[in-house]
Amino acid sequence: MAKAKHWIEPHPQGIYVRPADVWIDPSVPKENAVVTHGHADHARGGHGDVWATPETLAIMGLRYGTEAGTPVAYGEGFERGGVRFSLHSAGHVLGSAQVLMEYQGERVVVTGDYKRRPDPTCAPFQLVPCDIFITEATFGLPVFRHPPIKGEIAKIFARLEAEPDSSILIGAYALGKAQRVIAELRRAGWDKPIYLHGAQVRMCELYEELGVSLGELRLVMDTPKEEMRGQIIIAPPSALTDKWSRRLSDPVTAMASGWMRVRGRARQRGVEIPLVISDHADWDELTETIRELAPRETWITHGSEDGLLRWCELHQIKARALAMVGREEGDDG
Amino acid sequence: MRRFAALIDSLIYTRSRNAKLAAIATYLRETEDPDRGWALAALTDSLDFPAVKSATIRNLAGTRIDPELFRLSRHHVGDTAETVALVWPEAEGRVQSDPTIDDVVQALSAANRATAPDIVASLLDSMNSNSRYALLKLAVGGMRVGVSARLAKTAFAQAFDVALDDVEELWHALDPPYEKLFAWAEQGGDRPDLSATPFFRPFMLSHPFEGDSLDLDQYAVEWKWDGIRVQAVHLGGETRLYSRGGDDISASFPDIVEAFDRDGVIDGELLVRGTDQGGEAASFNALQKRLGRKTVSKKMRQELPAFVRIYDLLMEGKDDLRLSPWHERRERLESFVPKLHPDHFDLSALVDVDDFEALEAMRAGARDAAIEGVMLKRRESPYLSGRVTGHWYKWKRDPLNADCVMMYAQRGNGRRASFYSDYTFGCWTEDGELLPVGKAYSGFTDEELKWLDRFVRQNTLNRFGPVREVKKSLVLEVAFDSIHESGRHKSGLAMRFPRIHRIRKDKPVDEADRIATLRAMIS
Repeated sequence: MAKAKHWIEPHPQGIYVRPADVWIDPSVPKENAVVTHGHADHARGGHGDVWATPETLAIMGLRYGTEAGTPVAYGEGFERGGVRFSLHSAGHVLGSAQVLMEYQGERVVVTGDYKRRPDPTCAPFQLVPCDIFITEATFGLPVFRHPPIKGEIAKIFARLEAEPDSSILIGAYALGKAQRVIAELRRAGWDKPIYLHGAQVRMCELYEELGVSLGELRLVMDTPKEEMRGQIIIAPPSALTDKWSRRLSDPVTAMASGWMRVRGRARQRGVEIPLVISDHADWDELTETIRELAPRETWITHGSEDGLLRWCELHQIKARALAMVGREEGDDG
Repeated sequence: MRRFAALIDSLIYTRSRNAKLAAIATYLRETEDPDRGWALAALTDSLDFPAVKSATIRNLAGTRIDPELFRLSRHHVGDTAETVALVWPEAEGRVQSDPTIDDVVQALSAANRATAPDIVASLLDSMNSNSRYALLKLAVGGMRVGVSARLAKTAFAQAFDVALDDVEELWHALDPPYEKLFAWAEQGGDRPDLSATPFFRPFMLSHPFEGDSLDLDQYAVEWKWDGIRVQAVHLGGETRLYSRGGDDISASFPDIVEAFDRDGVIDGELLVRGTDQGGEAASFNALQKRLGRKTVSKKMRQELPAFVRIYDLLMEGKDDLRLSPWHERRERLESFVPKLHPDHFDLSALVDVDDFEALEAMRAGARDAAIEGVMLKRRESPYLSGRVTGHWYKWKRDPLNADCVMMYAQRGNGRRASFYSDYTFGCWTEDGELLPVGKAYSGFTDEELKWLDRFVRQNTLNRFGPVREVKKSLVLEVAFDSIHESGRHKSGLAMRFPRIHRIRKDKPVDEADRIATLRAMIS
């Protein structure tokens, strides 16, 4: 039973697959790296050989200018040092993947980040049977239950209806969250232009190139103040209270994040419309996935590992927390 | 309950006062009796269900969720009621109903210690997460949604287009759910009869004195004491003590309430006896230790005995004196005060000066911890509610000043959310160390704010969440009313009403004041 620990080693900088000499999501440059998705706490520049989905490679190219990389489509894989690697969709953001590794008859899955709710901007999560399940636990506490997204999007429309002269400024992480919010606004029937902070533009363009249509997008910088009344603006969360926001006239600030479930968190950030929209699995998804997979062991990489660990203990599921660094909670919740 | 829960949440997330007023007013107009009255009582913390305590709901959570998972969740959320609302399991297929607030209030009122857990649990089972939050806050108290009694009354007045003064008078005379109040305001019903109830009468307020001189034949002079303004009412066998905003603070000052046993209504300054004023009043700091307490220990009553220094008499027996001129009320007051318990009540003396020049000299010399300045009251003035011009003036003593060094800055709220507008500043110790002495967020113009914001951004050394530590390179001239000993700050000092008086770009930081200089200003 100690076999898995023997060939897979958790380190503070990432997960090391010994027989293959490959790191998964290393936080410092390594010779060989498998990258699950493009968020900065999983994808870093400067590695030697990189394996990732074509979308993740494109995102890394945009962010770090890295070109070297072997594209691996969902369901496909490669072999190295006797380990068979394959990538399977994680439903987190465009291109996000879980990594399945098979070695001497044992199957290990690393989720990276994942969610199981529908997302029009990426492929849905796939359940991959395994012996050892290495999972995230960003929202590993029972307070975190993400409501259906429809109701959250409706909050924006309700506010615009009540205050037609205002504009709604939504804080959304530039990779994934911003595009998902835009796509959900479109799905709910919003066909007016959506206004962007400069930092959101290139990633939205890349999504479009990769086949995710987002409708008409305009730059806030090119738009007169008056024209933005009654409009929806998307900016990185850090811009909500930044000097940048002064160019808008009396915006109502919203924030799309799973953390918005807790009132104090929303108040702390001065958010008037908290949108509980997350690209991570909530408590029910985390526990349900472990239940469905029924792995021999569950390892927890990052997040509220104490909560998920306790749940595993209560359900007599063998589990351990890996101390991973550089994966602190951020605005990508 | 859902509508009420939505109101609570919108109040939590809204910072603008006008938007809060509008939200409450709309709710009051569109909601039926008695729910809207219960909601109003809940918002102003006027409901009490003794059988339901914070521990009740914490223990209850333990029946549905593993206590360790609850502990971890509570630690993350920081609030017991909210944690329970969020983690309470929603069984699949259970149909959620939407009980009225009245249903909830009746159920909670009927609860005793033994039945409370089951009653609360079955209510929680019937609701969604937002309603659960509203329910638990209503049951345990302490809404903390930034709604003072004053704001709620203003919203009520706005909702039904009635005078705020009338609302203030009637409000305290009635018990939740205030159906008579709504009937009167909404349909022009009969004004509720208040003759035997110890309700709150709105205070008469003053304007700052900005002229050069006043004729002291027409104006009487009194000290302006530095405590909190209170109204004590004894009518119909009941006694109440109200703060300036009309909040009932009787529970914090049982010594005053027990001692006030004559029919009447007085207006005065609540103070604590201390030794620093020759056996008279202690500083505001001493009083602060007694504010906001739900129960007061015997020890506290002994160590910090409270008393009221009386300014005015609004009613004596059943006589309403408010429309009589000040000098007549004063005469009645002078014969009323000796009938009261001398430990807890005394008369605010008139200041005897010959003319205005003599008064100016006297005010300049008055640096007493318990004196904020002087009041000038027109001898013919009736007692009118609110801030009416031409009758009463406050003439605060000149502020103190100190040159301090900006140390930290924090973002403001609302319109100021993108500006670093709250500044912590310090002075030098003998060893050349800077220690914080206060924090100010006013006193500057919009132009100066822009400049200060830019200064903070360009001189940031460290960031701690919303706070930035800045390079110690800017001197701020800070004005403040007084300065006291305080254990809260490392410097051992606390300023009262500090504000930024001037930005001293010209002054080198090592020429800023020393802590010892400030300490010498303690009066």
